[in-house]
Amino acid sequence: MQRATIDFWVGVFVVAGIGALLFLALRVGNMGAFDRAETYTVKATFNNVGGLKVRAPVKSAGVVVGRVSAIGFDPELYEASVTLRIDARYRFPVDTTASIMTSGLLGEQYVALEAGGDDRMLAAGDTLRLTQGAVVLENLIGHFIYGRGDADKTNSAAEH
Amino acid sequence: MMQALAMVLRGIGRRVVDGVWRMGVATRFFALTLLYSGQCFRRPGLIVREIFSSGVLSLIIILVSGLFVGMVLGLQGYETLQTYGSEEALGILVALSLVRELGPVVAALLFASRAGSAITAEIGLMKATEQIAAMEMMAVNPVARVVAPRFWGAVISMPFLAAMFSAMGIFGGYLVGVVLIGVDEGSFWSQMQAAVDFREDVLNGVIKSVVFGIAVTAIALFEGYDAPPTAEGVSRATTRTVVTSSLAILGLDFILTAIMFRGV
Repeated sequence: MQRATIDFWVGVFVVAGIGALLFLALRVGNMGAFDRAETYTVKATFNNVGGLKVRAPVKSAGVVVGRVSAIGFDPELYEASVTLRIDARYRFPVDTTASIMTSGLLGEQYVALEAGGDDRMLAAGDTLRLTQGAVVLENLIGHFIYGRGDADKTNSAAEH
Repeated sequence: MMQALAMVLRGIGRRVVDGVWRMGVATRFFALTLLYSGQCFRRPGLIVREIFSSGVLSLIIILVSGLFVGMVLGLQGYETLQTYGSEEALGILVALSLVRELGPVVAALLFASRAGSAITAEIGLMKATEQIAAMEMMAVNPVARVVAPRFWGAVISMPFLAAMFSAMGIFGGYLVGVVLIGVDEGSFWSQMQAAVDFREDVLNGVIKSVVFGIAVTAIALFEGYDAPPTAEGVSRATTRTVVTSSLAILGLDFILTAIMFRGV
C-alpha cells in the first residue's frame, strides 16, 4: 500500500483515539472543576464518620463546594479526623457547622457545611469545631426502643 | 515400582525445567527488543506501518464489538435497575463497567486474536521462509528491523483501541437506554459524570490497556520468533499466542484490579 495512504489512516486512527480519550475524560468523567481549581483545606473531627469515603462531596446548601481529601483516626481525641478540600472561591465563617449526611436511596454520604454568623473566615489549615457525625442506625433504633425508659427515669427523678 | 515413580518425577522435572528455560528465553528476547528499540525509533516509518497493520486494521472489530457490548449492557442493566426504580443509574453502570473493566479487557482479547495472531503468523512465516536468516546474512539486525517496530506499533495502538471501545460502548448504552427505552437523558449523563472519576477510573483503564498491549505483543512476538519453521509449527505458535495472551490478559486484569480498586 502507498506510504501516503498508510500515513493518512494512521493519522485518522490516532486522532480518533485521542478523541475517544478526551470524550472519556470530559464527557464521561468529571475532569475539570476541582482538579484544577484553587483549593484550601480545613480539618474537622467527627465522633463517627459512618460510611464516608475519600472523594465524597462537600456540599453547602446542596451545592458541591469541595471534596473529602483524607479520612484518618486521631489517636488523642479518639475521633475521626476528616480533611476537606474546599474550592477557594467559597469562604466560610469560623463557626461553620460540618455534619455528615446521607443522600439518595443508595446511601452515598457527604459532608454538609452550614455557615455560621461569625465575621472571621476560615483560613487554610483551620479546624471546624462544630461537627455532627453520621447517624448510626443501630443507635437510632436503640434510642427508639430505650428512649421511653430514659424518659420515665428522668420523669421519676424530677418527681423525687 | 521405584522406577515408575522415578519416571513420573523425571517427567515433572523436565516440564518444569523446560518451562523455566522458555521463560528465560522469552525474557531475554523481550529485553533484546527493548534494547534495539532505539534503532527503530530512528525510522518512525516502520512503526507507523505497524500501527496501521495492528491498530487501523483492528478498528472495525473493536468499534462494532464495543457498540454491541454497550447496547447489551444498556438492555441488561435497565432490566435489573428497573426493579429497584433507579433506571437513571444506567449511565453509571454502563460507563464504569466499560471504562474500568470491559473496555481494556475485551479490547485486549480482540486485539490478541486479531493483531497478536497476525504478528505471530507473519514472523513465524518469515522465519520458515528464511527471510530472517537472510537479514542476518546482510548484517541487518532482525530484532531491530522486524520485531521492535511491531512491538511499539502494537503497544501504541492498544490504549487508543481500548478508549475507542469504551467510547463506542457508552454510545451504545446511550442509544439503547436513552433513545430506545427512554431513560432521562440529563440524569443519564450527569449521574455518569458524578460517578466516573478521571484519575481513578479513566486513567486506570488506560494504564490497564497499556499493560495488556505490552503483554499481548511480547507474547505474540516471542511465539512467532520461537516457532518451529514448519507449517505445523507456525499454526501451533499462532494458537498458543491467542491462548497464552488471553490467559495473561485475564490474570493481569485480576492483579491490576486488586491493586487499583481496593474499595477505599
